[in-house]
Amino acid sequence: MRYLPLTDADRSSMLDRIGVSSVDDLFVDVPAVGQFDGAFDLPDHMAEFDVERLMSAMANRNITTADVPSFLGAGAYRHHVPASVDYLIQRGEFLTSYTPYQPEISQGTLQALFEFQSMVALITGMDVANASMYDGATSCAEAVLMARRVTRRNRAVVSGSVHPHYSAVTETQAKYVDIDIDIREPDLDGTEDLTDLIDDQTACVVVQNPGIFGHVRDLSSLASHCQENGALLIVVVTEVVSLGALQSPGAMGADVVVAEGQSIGNPQGFGGPYVGLFAARQKYVRQMPGRLCGETTDVDGKRGWVLTLSTREQHIRREKATSNICTNAGLCALAFTIHLALLGENGFRDMAMLNHARASKLADLLEAVDGVEVLPQAFFNEFAVRLSKPAGDVVNALAAKGVLAGVPASRLYGVGTDLDNILMIAASELTSADDMDALVDALSEELS
Amino acid sequence: MSHSRDLSRGISPASTGMLGTVHGHQGLQLEEPLLFEIDNPGAIGVDLPEPGDFILRLGGLERNGEIGLPCVSEPEVVRHYTRLSQKNYAIDMGTYPLGSCTMKHNPRLNEKMVRLPGFANAHPLQPEATVQGAFELIDGVAYWLKQLTGMPAIAMSPGAGAHGELCGVMAIRAALDDREGGPTKRRRILVPDSAHGTNPATAAVCGFSVDTIPSDARGRVDVKAFAEKLDDDVAGIMITNPNTCGLFEPDMIEIAELIHNAGGYFYCDGANFNAIVGRVRPGDLGIDCMHINLHKTFSTPHGGGGPGAGPVVLSDALAPFAPVPWVVHGEKGFSLVEHPDAAGEAKPFGRLKGFHGQMGMFVRAYAYMLSHGRDGLRQVANDAVLNANYVMSCLSNVMTPSFEGPCMHECLFDDRFLKDTGVSTLDFAKAMLDEGYHPMTMYFPLVVHGAMLIEPTETESKRGLDEFVAVMRALVDRAKAGDSSAFAAAPTMTPRRRLDETTAAREPILRWSPEVLAAETAK
Repeated sequence: MRYLPLTDADRSSMLDRIGVSSVDDLFVDVPAVGQFDGAFDLPDHMAEFDVERLMSAMANRNITTADVPSFLGAGAYRHHVPASVDYLIQRGEFLTSYTPYQPEISQGTLQALFEFQSMVALITGMDVANASMYDGATSCAEAVLMARRVTRRNRAVVSGSVHPHYSAVTETQAKYVDIDIDIREPDLDGTEDLTDLIDDQTACVVVQNPGIFGHVRDLSSLASHCQENGALLIVVVTEVVSLGALQSPGAMGADVVVAEGQSIGNPQGFGGPYVGLFAARQKYVRQMPGRLCGETTDVDGKRGWVLTLSTREQHIRREKATSNICTNAGLCALAFTIHLALLGENGFRDMAMLNHARASKLADLLEAVDGVEVLPQAFFNEFAVRLSKPAGDVVNALAAKGVLAGVPASRLYGVGTDLDNILMIAASELTSADDMDALVDALSEELS
Repeated sequence: MSHSRDLSRGISPASTGMLGTVHGHQGLQLEEPLLFEIDNPGAIGVDLPEPGDFILRLGGLERNGEIGLPCVSEPEVVRHYTRLSQKNYAIDMGTYPLGSCTMKHNPRLNEKMVRLPGFANAHPLQPEATVQGAFELIDGVAYWLKQLTGMPAIAMSPGAGAHGELCGVMAIRAALDDREGGPTKRRRILVPDSAHGTNPATAAVCGFSVDTIPSDARGRVDVKAFAEKLDDDVAGIMITNPNTCGLFEPDMIEIAELIHNAGGYFYCDGANFNAIVGRVRPGDLGIDCMHINLHKTFSTPHGGGGPGAGPVVLSDALAPFAPVPWVVHGEKGFSLVEHPDAAGEAKPFGRLKGFHGQMGMFVRAYAYMLSHGRDGLRQVANDAVLNANYVMSCLSNVMTPSFEGPCMHECLFDDRFLKDTGVSTLDFAKAMLDEGYHPMTMYFPLVVHGAMLIEPTETESKRGLDEFVAVMRALVDRAKAGDSSAFAAAPTMTPRRRLDETTAAREPILRWSPEVLAAETAK
């Protein structure tokens, strides 16, 4: 077996050293009923090339966003990731190291995390960011739990602009810890007004920008209203590239920003692993969940980095921790950091504007198609359209024609609501003119 | 926006007795500034096409002013992160005996498979007919895990071990609420004192109080103390097996009977499944749920702290409460149940994660499973346990094992052997850094004094273990020879020496900013 270095001769001499005759003697504590001697219904070991053959065949049974024109988004986006990102994250020193609990020999991971935290704080317009969460949805849930700790109030309002997976994860996480979550109806036209729902019992308001249907909104008045009532404004960003083109949530008055960072550095990968971003105002830092990397010096006075404020965390505080999170999304955060390093100030902004330009162009083209109505006036790289037919059927029909037309709202909200004809369409820097023509032609044909 | 700083700050050649270099490098040990400090406005690491003419539709909310990101070209970025990488220790470099973390070899085949375009470029919300291969893979991993654990059901979506715990404990909560027709009156979860911190933290975020069960003199759950705590307000018990002392809990079946008779559920923390994979099916021991860290037993990389994956196997009693989504296989192939109202008879407690789980980790784990097969996985457990016992037997006469008898995949020592040497467990661990090793887990579990928990894993060779043992024995000799000041000063040859964690926590600097830089320069 190629991954097991011990030979039978090694095993035999080691057993002698231990003083037992067989490895079975080392399992004496396992009760007889627990000793499995049957046959698993599983294959025996395979050569590397056989594994490759089998798994390649499986992968080839997928038709992906790289094979055909794709307009899928709704929280996961297709972007170009520079080759050097994937090379660097596959260096063994990054790939095969553990959480940096021994800072003297983990400065590489730690410094990269410090750069990650700095970048996330900058693009969200926040003071501080943690070293990442599992994904955007869990980050959102943790933000609501944090708001409860900070305000000692237990009511949360979740806007109808928020991705249903995020609302559902938040509702699930809040379910057993005495938080009353008010999830609002889907905000299809982007005109939702939450002000009447916010009072001195509200812990937080969660709103997404751009919203799930694509609307870009100015959140400043909502932020002031939250502030007047002592509630935290939590802003969700599912497409992090938008932060290169739009005013930051921090500039609009957010207290906490949670985001899905997949778009920068990470493939769509059928939904994971992704990287949750979590950023907040400085005053909340000791209530934040997750790991934090901080700057310090060593005994020689040299600058270095360590994991810090760990008295918030489960390995120290056990049941009194701010969260039960342990592992985060280190390698995905590293990919994010390296990709954003390559983009830099200008590349990030240019990439964002290129995404917007492609989407704006696509909206122009779709507005001319009979049976398609583009809904948001203002959007970033994704927008909802109302079709003259159920969007789920249209998407399946177009998939058969070799176009992945987008995400039908019914996929997220279930079939049988008044959103059945709504389709979410996303573009990116990778969307070509040919791709757009393919969508327009296929939709025109299907809706005629 | 360009900044430079004196990186040699604090380095005094005279004090180290070494020749100083211009920029503070020490041979190939290179000092590397922050990315923000090599900012060169105008430089860029990507080339993007011009957008052409388009109508701006941002609602007047376009960003104004500078974000503050540094500008760096591709060669500089590659060099920067390559240099950073060289400041890390890694499995690829040597033994990583971090107990309870299972730092085994991460096969590169796994990385190759996850990058197959058919997996990497699949969007999670594609029409089901276009991603049958992805569902087949998830279904395949689920099948392997159910087979290996002897459990009937599985929830695949949890993103890590602690997230899997959350899934299991929420399923317990949901089952109790369902049984009692409202919020359960059972609000107490029993957790042994040797448990990982995530266990009590998880119980707390599910609304339970935590009641600690003591370990007995053998490092196992004290069954008598456990039985005395059972009452009609107990929701369940969380037991790690093999436990964090590296020992198999021999009374699992009795514990299962007791908790079930008391009306509670049995959560098994599967963090240490590596010791028993292919030999013991936890389902045969009467458990109700167990998470499996794919980044431990199934070799997906730890990546400097994630991402992981923590699928949870479930008994028939808990299966109906599993969170959405899950894959089903019908006449038209695979499909996905994503909404609670489409769940039929099931009563999912909700959703734990966006989309469908850590697909990239499933792909890697599947490559590992297929490579080993059922025969190879049993050998994994055998070799992991053999390696740990070998290390223990080679060190027993110089260090102090905490418990008698064979261990499982990791061996636990306490600090009695350091008594009167003036050397602490921490000092001993730091001295290992200068010898080129990542230390074992220190001060955990909490049930023995100055704990040192060594987990070699099955992917260490005998030669590698012999070298490790020789280093450990030499360090013990030095400690016993009264060389405590050398230990207190260690490490001296690492990229950084001991770091001031107190100041880091007291005056946290959590990000780069021009203000911080200015303040430091002023000092």
